[in-house]
Formats: sequence, C-alpha cells, structure tokens
Amino acid sequence: MNTADQYLKTIYVVQETEDGPASTGSIADALGVSPASANEMIGKLEERGLAEHEKYKGVRLTDDGIVRARDALQTYCIIERFLANVLAVEDFQAEARELEAVIDDTVAERLDTIIDRQPECPDCFDPETDACACLEVAPTPVEPEQQ
Amino acid sequence: MVAVSVSQRVASDDQLARLLQIGIVLEEVVEARTHRHYRQLDAELDEEIETLLADAAEESADHRERLEALIEGLGVDSVPFGEIESLVDARYGRTRPEDFDGVLYDQLCNEETAYKFYDDLIEAIEDSEAAFSIDRGELLATLTTIRDEEAEGVRKVTEVMERR
Repeated sequence: MNTADQYLKTIYVVQETEDGPASTGSIADALGVSPASANEMIGKLEERGLAEHEKYKGVRLTDDGIVRARDALQTYCIIERFLANVLAVEDFQAEARELEAVIDDTVAERLDTIIDRQPECPDCFDPETDACACLEVAPTPVEPEQQ
Repeated sequence: MVAVSVSQRVASDDQLARLLQIGIVLEEVVEARTHRHYRQLDAELDEEIETLLADAAEESADHRERLEALIEGLGVDSVPFGEIESLVDARYGRTRPEDFDGVLYDQLCNEETAYKFYDDLIEAIEDSEAAFSIDRGELLATLTTIRDEEAEGVRKVTEVMERR
C-alpha cells in the first residue's frame, strides 16, 4: 500500500466517523503528520480526481476515491487478520500500521487465501479499536495472582 | 483512530523479521497450493504443467529455506509448513482454480506476487538506514537472487500460457 492509499483509507474512515467531510486537522492527527504535509497530499489526491476539498469544511472522497479507499482498508484488514490469526501477533494493530506501507495489494490477496475474512469486510472495520469488529483474537492469558 | 506512521522503510530487526516471516508464508502458500492443484487435476495434467508445478514447489521450498536461514540470524522462529498447509487446505474449496487455465493463472499470480513482495522489500531495505543484526549485503544478495528467480518464473508461466 503506498502513501496515497494510506491517506485515502484514513480520509475514508474519518469521513465515515464524522458523517461528513474530513477536516485536514483530523486527517493529519490520524496519520501523525503535520497539517502542511496532509495538505500537500490532499492536493495531489484532488489532482488525481480522488478527493474534493470544500472550503472551510474539509475533504470528501470522490466515488473513485471511495473505491480505492475501501480496497486499501480491506488490505489493512487482511494484514491485521493475518497477523492476529496466523502469526498470533498480540499487538497486531501496531504491526499492521508499520507493515501496511510495505505490503502490496497483490501480496495481501495471497494472504487472504489462508485467512477467514467475513463477506461484510471492510464495513466491519471499527475505527475505535483500529480493527475489524468480527476479528476473533485469542484472549491473553491472565497471570495468576501472587498469593 | 490511532496515528499511523507514513513510511515505506524497514526500520528495525523486528520489522525485518516479520517481513521475512511473511515471505516464508507466501512461499508456503505457493508450495501447498501447487500440491493441491497437482492432486486435484491429477488425471488431466499433462507433462508440461506437471513439470511446471513440480519445479515451482521445489523452488518455493528452496526459497523458504534461504529465508529461514536469514531469520535464524534475527532470533525469530519460522512458521511451520504444516500449519500453513492446513490453512490452505481449509480454504482451498473456496479459492481453487476451476481448470487448466485457472491453474496456470493461479501459478502466474503466485510468481508475480512473490516478485512484487521481494522487489518492495528490497527497496524498503535499501531506503532504510537502520542497522540490522544480520549482514545487509548478504540479506540484499539473497533477496535479489530470490526476486530474480521469481521474475524468471513469471516469464516461464507466461510463455506456457501464450503457447496454449
């Protein structure tokens, strides 16, 4: 997933959560970048016809932008599910965020052949937990209390 | 939402080890799917496709061993082949190719995906200034050899597909 796709995914999740255009500030916060960097990339997405900037309101994805953003979100869900269920990575969200830039969609598609993803993906993505709501993760064993 | 890091570099030993583990899994998926194609289309397979699948499975096993040697130096475990094989088996019914063309196309996807994975990984390592516990030159040389073999694999499958 390239940087543009990471932005599209983030804008999509923010606009769904806020039920309206995503403010540059929210996008920059979510990506951990400066508002200036966010503005620069938003400009590039506009040039490519993937996003529209509404003055004083924020950014809204175009239909093409939404398609790409949903693909990117799906790739992210595949990486998370693969890390959690196949490699048993405890902090799978943090690792997925690190790896998403290096894992291409075609690679995620292959990993998808061994995970059990739900048909509603990526609508099941929950921004609060930064993970798929249907993802079943084995509970971390609780250390017995010292007597 | 949690902040993400917008970076396409490999920043640490842990991240490198995880990516190499993913490479191992991809090779295992290829190996296991190839065996399944072999069994599923057993009666109909001709010599050319049989040889292609046998070579692909052998090459994947060889790549896996080379990746395992690399992650050993990073103190991380491999992913047991049996585990991935059973996951491939569990979902094969839903993802299997229907016929010859499907088998060849699946094989092409395998080779192209692996090529893309190694190519991206090499670039991400080259862009990184991180010091890894294993020799960077050896790491890049191994990954480049594997990537070039995947490119050769893409060429071979495409040639067979074009001829048939």
